[in-house]
Amino acid sequence: MTTADVGDTQAQGAPDAPPGFAERVMPLDPYQVELEAIDVAQPHLFQARQQYAYFERLRKEAPVHYSPSGEFGPYWSITRYEDIQYVDTHHHVFSSEPAIVLQDPQEELPMEMFIAMDPPKHDRQRKEVSPVVGPRNLAVLQHTIRERVCNILDSLPRNETFNWVDLVSIELTTQMLATLFDFPFEDRRKLTWWSDVATARVEPGGLCETDEERREILRECLTYFMGLWEQRKDNEDGNDLISMLARGESTRDMPPMEFLGNLILLIVGGNDTTRNSISGGLVALDEFPDEMAKLRANPELIPNMVSEIIRWQTPLAYMRRRANQDTTLGGHTIREGDKVAMWYASGNRDPEIFADADRLLIDRDNARRHMSFGFGVHRCMGNRLAEMQLRILWEEILPRFPKIEIMGDPVRVRSTFVQGYTELPVRLPA
Amino acid sequence: MPKITFITSDGAEHEVEAQVGQSVMEAAIDHGVPGIDADCGGCCSCATCHVFVDEKWRAEVGEPVDMEADMLEVHDDRRPGSRLSCQIPVRDELDGLVVRVPEFQM
Repeated sequence: MTTADVGDTQAQGAPDAPPGFAERVMPLDPYQVELEAIDVAQPHLFQARQQYAYFERLRKEAPVHYSPSGEFGPYWSITRYEDIQYVDTHHHVFSSEPAIVLQDPQEELPMEMFIAMDPPKHDRQRKEVSPVVGPRNLAVLQHTIRERVCNILDSLPRNETFNWVDLVSIELTTQMLATLFDFPFEDRRKLTWWSDVATARVEPGGLCETDEERREILRECLTYFMGLWEQRKDNEDGNDLISMLARGESTRDMPPMEFLGNLILLIVGGNDTTRNSISGGLVALDEFPDEMAKLRANPELIPNMVSEIIRWQTPLAYMRRRANQDTTLGGHTIREGDKVAMWYASGNRDPEIFADADRLLIDRDNARRHMSFGFGVHRCMGNRLAEMQLRILWEEILPRFPKIEIMGDPVRVRSTFVQGYTELPVRLPA
Repeated sequence: MPKITFITSDGAEHEVEAQVGQSVMEAAIDHGVPGIDADCGGCCSCATCHVFVDEKWRAEVGEPVDMEADMLEVHDDRRPGSRLSCQIPVRDELDGLVVRVPEFQM
């Protein structure tokens, strides 16, 4: 039986498809579409922040749900916390190859990265680079991070509206990445650019309008990094990520496309995620002003708030797996070859685990159980670095800015994968 | 009730009375032993309840298998005696068990 057959089976007995279904554009209200026809992986839903209404319905009515006609083919949506945890920890059944997003890799640019590999190759490559962002190295980096945070915050304009995403969130995460890569500091915004291009949807009006344009930019990224690799491959002392990849026994003979893939992984991993948690924290505290008051009165809550912000924002909405054998989940048969989206954004709002889950509660007692880092062998490698950056940022924001004014609605990224912001207008009274 | 001693990275010893049937991780959390995070709640999927089993207890406690072995395979801090404490059920034979808590949970 092929995936198409499963789709046919699922659709049996369904009433006539609603009008939106023919064009496959989902209405903003999840109850305006038949359950069987739901396809939550549509970027306009995320941009309008309606994905959560869809997830709520799916968790209640179809926690293991088959979409026969997604943009990138049929896929399963897993929306309950415990089911997601199950899929994430059964990597022998749910493979990360060949991709961790719904779209399969392009044949013209077959990037390989360890996030999209299964053990044992995954394990070997990950182990070469994970110490860079591990707790031991972080103790060394802590001072640098604080210094940079202070510089960034002290240079912000006063009494005028500016884009917090650009001047704080992007600037801080990009400086951090430049440090980890020992990347030429004056060129650091290239990292942001490549990261954005790597996750961008190719579409008219998008960051890249054609696949060819996107490939061209990513080739430029590869060429730039190959240059750094050449410079560093014989350097015994370099403690940066490129030197470690260039020296590491499991990584030094990587083919170029695998080098590029792993670079993109590290750039995106260290960029989008923390960036959008920095912006998202401010968005959330603005939406829940009682929590901002609580924070001002109890700054010792910052570490717990950091976990809560990461839960609330869920900067990566899902990871995709592919069943490598027939298996059952929640009473459904998932066939070999089927794509499975683990919607972390939904698991993080599952009321079975998080009471009043849509609210930000900076003293939530189980905030650390959030699934934004994923579970299992692919669990986020930079989690402690991300937490440290956010903690230090808020420790330095509070004494500096007694009032932070949000001057307009944030603009959200057009993506079903990255849950983030391109604009957040902010004003700091003098 | 079996007694378990957790030695934290500063050398402090925390002796706790554990319940048979709970996990070593749960015994630590119940008694507020520092250095055990257990982010995932105890289902072997985050590796933040990592401990080092004292040498003389390793045979009795046993080696990690299945998912736990997979999780430790990618762990930067894996050493002899490494276990995820959520995967060690407390039993009477473990009375007197000594485990060390690492300086960092990853």
